[in-house]
Amino acid sequence: MIETARGRAVGPAPPLRRRGPDLIRYIRTHQTRLTPVLLLAPAILTMLFVVAMPLAFSLWTSLTPYRLTRPETIETFIGLRNYIRLFQDEDFWAAFGRTILFLAIALNVEFLLGLCIALLINKITWGQRMLRTIMMFPMMFSPILVGFQFKFIFNDNIGILNNALQSLGITDQAIAWLVDGRLAMFSIIFAEVWMSTSVFAILLLAGLFAMPRDPIEAARVDGCNPWQVFRHITLPFLMPFAFIAMTIRSLDVARAYDIVAVMTDGGPAGRTELLWTMIARTGYENARMGQANAMAYISTILSIAFTYYFFTKLVAARRYMGGAE
Amino acid sequence: MSSISLKKVAKSYGRLEVVHGIDLDIAHNEFVVLVGPSGCGKSTTLRMIAGLEEITEGEIHIGDRLVNDLPPRKRNISMVFQNYALYPHMNVRDNLGFGLKIAGQPQEVVDERVREAAAILGISELMDRIPAELSGGQRQRVAMGRAIIRDPEAFLFDEPLSNLDAKLRVQMRTEIKKLHHKVKTTVVYVTHDQVEAMTLADRIVIMKDGHIEQVGTPMEVFNHPVNTFVASFIGSPPMNLVPATVAGGQIVLSDETRMPVPRRLASYTHDGMAVIVGIRPDDMTPVGHGIHDSGETANLSLTVELAELLGTETLIYTRLAGQEVQGKMFDPRDVHEGERLPFRVALDKLHLFDAASGRSVRAT
Repeated sequence: MIETARGRAVGPAPPLRRRGPDLIRYIRTHQTRLTPVLLLAPAILTMLFVVAMPLAFSLWTSLTPYRLTRPETIETFIGLRNYIRLFQDEDFWAAFGRTILFLAIALNVEFLLGLCIALLINKITWGQRMLRTIMMFPMMFSPILVGFQFKFIFNDNIGILNNALQSLGITDQAIAWLVDGRLAMFSIIFAEVWMSTSVFAILLLAGLFAMPRDPIEAARVDGCNPWQVFRHITLPFLMPFAFIAMTIRSLDVARAYDIVAVMTDGGPAGRTELLWTMIARTGYENARMGQANAMAYISTILSIAFTYYFFTKLVAARRYMGGAE
Repeated sequence: MSSISLKKVAKSYGRLEVVHGIDLDIAHNEFVVLVGPSGCGKSTTLRMIAGLEEITEGEIHIGDRLVNDLPPRKRNISMVFQNYALYPHMNVRDNLGFGLKIAGQPQEVVDERVREAAAILGISELMDRIPAELSGGQRQRVAMGRAIIRDPEAFLFDEPLSNLDAKLRVQMRTEIKKLHHKVKTTVVYVTHDQVEAMTLADRIVIMKDGHIEQVGTPMEVFNHPVNTFVASFIGSPPMNLVPATVAGGQIVLSDETRMPVPRRLASYTHDGMAVIVGIRPDDMTPVGHGIHDSGETANLSLTVELAELLGTETLIYTRLAGQEVQGKMFDPRDVHEGERLPFRVALDKLHLFDAASGRSVRAT
């Protein structure tokens, strides 16, 4: 047996199948080798129960015709049939595309609005702290409540928006915000943007606070007008902060369910159906859990793709963050 | 490559005035150093020239243009900042070429000029690195490269060397001097380090509390300081300043130590005048270790309190009329604390200041 520099004993593997006193003696003599395993055990067990086992379970069910109403179907293995069926399912791909569109629009609008808000608040000297707090109010509400609120705002009969538009004489008939397919999508995105723009605003504001003044002054002396300073200096400096916000929000939006479920529940005629409302409908209402899990696996890949994309952007942008001063 | 002139320039922040109507004319291709302790308004003055601070009162001309209301980008000046202020997300090449690109120069011109500037500063191998991957000295070079590349009317330096370590600072100081010989341009350079000021400047502007105390060549401000502030600020170690009175053609210190009033200053003094005597450490040496008795000299006997060996010379801390003063021993031998040494003072280099105003007796 050799003592290594790390104090760990390295030797020939002990014979297996020891029992009783032999096992105890084995543990005693190999205590140092077991220590790291014991110390890591809680973390490993937690990961196993929280992540690995549910994942394995859902992966298995996606390979079965599992229906919640007939538990015994979980034992029938049907291979990739659920997935094959999905690839031929136009409704699913429509929801998939709609989710990507939803993500793209919501994230970009939130980024632009958040940037404007952050830039404005950064300019304020008096009452900045209070505005920062007020700005976070929308984040304090449950998405379900936000959904209900906007459902009533956009209601075509009693909604405050139509009421206002008609009182102001902008339109003389009720606009069916949540009934028309396009307008319904717009309404949902509006609610989503209202609720989450402050995530961008807060992170971008943090970026503006952290921004050194010197490069901006250098750029002004170098011949930049205010727009060029923003375009070439401020914005690149803020991008890592934007990518952090995008990473967080892409996960949020990719699993958007509550607001949609409350406001339109995927309607009218599936025109606002996103991946997760479709998965929930398939899994819980139609009780086809095997099929739903197959969908969930595909949408998880979508989430990972978005997150990975923003994360690589973030890592690339962070490279130069140390060179600011 | 223009002259710069400041006329009664003042700067206030709210009610607090930090620069009080200063006048300064900087000639074409001149290297002017603004020097002074922190808070004296030197950086503010520079930033007003750059256009980064608004001018509260007065006028600034660059060339023959009044630039008071011009934004920095229209003043055609380059600035090197204390913290380098490189663009962190651009590599060295883009940092250098940014100003030209913004000015709408064609890519070939930009490339050519970037290559030239990089060659002048010896940073050609660093072109693809980003600032985070550069050392302090390299960043400083890039910052200077960015300044020279645009061929501006003037360079402004805002304490460019204060973030570098001592050795590198000396090295870069020489390089700035060489650069100015190579790229003839008007330079305004701000520093709090009087050594930098002395070594670099064609003319030094010494500032204090928002006023200009003295403007002159390094030799002028060193040999003829107009007041005690300039006298103590320029020169290292600083000039010894000891209060005294003039009586019967003699300078009498508080402990009755006497030395004659130097001949060249005699006409400026009168009996009973309260003065401050200024003696540079170099002009107060132990007998036989520096000053020869050929000139106008006086002798003192002083006790060594501390000796600092510098190799070619030894700094001797002693006490004159109850006040700590420093002398220098050239061609040194060993001295020990408490040793009583005869000192010789070079009277022809002695300074006298009016005790009340602090101004040189020659100036009043």
